[in-house]
Amino acid sequence: METKTPKKPVAPRVDMPCQPAEVRRANFDEVALGYTREMAIEEAQRCLQCKKPLCVSGCPVEVPIRDFIREAAHGNMDAAYRIIKSTNSLPAVCGRVCPQEHQCEGKCVLRAKGQPVAIGRLERFVADTYIATTACEQVTGTDACALPRGDLKVACIGSGPSSLTCAGVCAAAGIKVDVYEALHEAGGVLIYGIPAFRLPKNVVATEIDGLRLAGVDFHLNSVGGRTVEVEELLETHHAVFIGVGAGLPMFLGVPGENLVGVFSANEYLTRVNLGRAYDFPNQDTPAFPGKNVTVFGAGNVAMDAARTALRMGAESVHIVYRRTRAEMPARLEELEHAEEEGVQFAMLSAPLRFNGDNEMRLTSVTLQKMELGEPDASGRRRPVAIEGEVFDLPTDLAVVALGTRSNPILLDATPKLKQNKWGYIEVNEETGETSIPNVFAGGDIVTGAATVILAMGAGRKAGQEIVKRLLG
Amino acid sequence: MPQQKGVEELQTVRHILCTNLSGQFDRKQAALIPGTFVRAGVPSLRKGEPMPTRILHKESLIPGKTSKLVLDAPEIARKGKPGHFVMLRMTPTGERIPLTIADTDAENGTITIVYLVMGKSTALLEALSVGDNVLDVCGPLGHPTHIEKKGTVICVGGGTGIAAMHHIAKGHARMGNKVVGVIGARSKDLLLFENELKSFVNELLISTDDGSYGHKGLVTELLRDRLEKDKSVFEVVAVGPVPMMAAVAETTRPFGVRTTVSLNPIMVDGIGMCGACRVSVGGKTKFACVDGPEFDGHEVDFPELRRRLAAYREQEKVSIDDYQRTAHGN
Repeated sequence: METKTPKKPVAPRVDMPCQPAEVRRANFDEVALGYTREMAIEEAQRCLQCKKPLCVSGCPVEVPIRDFIREAAHGNMDAAYRIIKSTNSLPAVCGRVCPQEHQCEGKCVLRAKGQPVAIGRLERFVADTYIATTACEQVTGTDACALPRGDLKVACIGSGPSSLTCAGVCAAAGIKVDVYEALHEAGGVLIYGIPAFRLPKNVVATEIDGLRLAGVDFHLNSVGGRTVEVEELLETHHAVFIGVGAGLPMFLGVPGENLVGVFSANEYLTRVNLGRAYDFPNQDTPAFPGKNVTVFGAGNVAMDAARTALRMGAESVHIVYRRTRAEMPARLEELEHAEEEGVQFAMLSAPLRFNGDNEMRLTSVTLQKMELGEPDASGRRRPVAIEGEVFDLPTDLAVVALGTRSNPILLDATPKLKQNKWGYIEVNEETGETSIPNVFAGGDIVTGAATVILAMGAGRKAGQEIVKRLLG
Repeated sequence: MPQQKGVEELQTVRHILCTNLSGQFDRKQAALIPGTFVRAGVPSLRKGEPMPTRILHKESLIPGKTSKLVLDAPEIARKGKPGHFVMLRMTPTGERIPLTIADTDAENGTITIVYLVMGKSTALLEALSVGDNVLDVCGPLGHPTHIEKKGTVICVGGGTGIAAMHHIAKGHARMGNKVVGVIGARSKDLLLFENELKSFVNELLISTDDGSYGHKGLVTELLRDRLEKDKSVFEVVAVGPVPMMAAVAETTRPFGVRTTVSLNPIMVDGIGMCGACRVSVGGKTKFACVDGPEFDGHEVDFPELRRRLAAYREQEKVSIDDYQRTAHGN
């Protein structure tokens, strides 16, 4: 593919100010402080404004990145916001949690020189700067307010990134949306999963408020498949979108995993995030106190759990991973932040068993030393046990962050919904429609655990299809 | 909700008033209508939702310790079956706790719950009166009890577990099974749901530790005695404190009678997301919220359950001490 090559040397990428590591490891305030206006304009001016912007092709919701950066470079943050909002319902969220290095920034031409345009930071700045004055603007990014169509109704089950996006697309077209959320707060993984130091909760609340004002009703404590069922919703709504997320946490399958002190990342993070356990006893939900914490896995959730444990007062936190740093699937920024804050890494180590005292409380984990062997089917070098190299790591709190399987509640209650061989919902790739007509699905319940932005892409696709069908 | 409808109408009127003939939003026109311009940035995740659940009836069963609440929850009442549970939260800073549904009335749209005051959350619940709201009630959750017509079933209940057992026993009675209820408590004044059970069970056997009422001793003694004499029993159901359920399972094991226990592990979400409620059943890990809460009592690892239930004992003490201090104004 032909791309524009920079002729003159490009200025270095503008760093984003952060709370100092030694300060932030003791609080739950946001780590990254965001650009100033001057920084944002300087960074935006680094963009080469490619004729064929490769960055856009790296974005699951196809934000017109080049165009919004052009506006930002000229200081037109409102115009930049409207451009982002034309395809992305949650820019303030995405600017913070997307793995940009694998998506837009990974495709940036400047990456060849080592420093792509900081697209995520710019998106965040633009979204944080813009203050919508009306609900219409908040949802659509434009002054144009769709005429509300009281006769058309869509139901979204779940209120995470995919459902919120689907709801936003429908609401922007004037369609009435009912969102059903099982927990007592809307936002799904943005609320229970991603910690406040990475995604402040008021950022999520603002996006949800915008949706609400644009005609989206949120019904909390409503479990899809229990309190509300797909078939029933189809009788009262023109279409149903299922975005219930993945669910059942996976464990390691080693002895001792039910000892007191071994938790899934979902539980540990839900207690701290949704339950605000960092403010116990002012908040009633406690988190298990751990002095020497071990975290198993090396994705974003593992980083979140490790950094949360530090903030909850742990003396040491180890991330245990059977490969090396290079293979870690976490977002680079999270990995670096974790290292700066003092998270330690036990690389090339695989757990064999958890050990406890006579009250079944966790005391240590037995680890097997590994080395990297031949590449496996995924192209990554397979970790192989080094015979005889086994050691114990003392730990009183272990967090298992290995991902999730599909949650059975809605699937069991809706037997007509066709599943794929992994137990996730099967959908039409083009439309997001399931085996039941006018029932759509997207996000982790279709793909298995993935990213916020991929879920949003699926919600957008389904939302657009619903709008097309209802409004023609 | 009439009030809700009013808000909707107002929003629609605003939308129409603010929209010019070509369907575009007119900012100047909108500025003339109060309340149309909304600034972003106010965190209010719950605003506008009439979620709370009203308490229609409250009956104190053991003063200060145990009460029966009838809640206005039509959705849950319509779908709730014996064995189901709900997750509750009392205040905006509160913790989610699971409680088994003790009864449902689909016609009147109510559910009944019974609780023992054990920590701060149940203390907060006990502080509520008729007309007050429970902030969050979510359900029905878990698998309902497996009920089939097969003969005689013995339903054993202990403590507040008697209330949940009563719902299961009622389901069996409605199915046409012969139901023998066995209930026990430390003393007569701590015995719950005797009259409710008597209204539908074929027989009700009662024991108290101190002998103040019924058989002096344990429910398991009554149970063993019955199993020895009555060979028509196809299932024993037990709901109550962990040691009681474990003892029931040991009592029935030699008789080879199917034994179902309803487990009460710690839960956070109650919808299969966190795995806090995992229990070992037959050597396999199960999630009580989505795989249970009822399991084969002969397969359950009760010692593990007991220890997992005690995981937060220190924090629970901090929480209740803190509550009692502040509740008494000190």
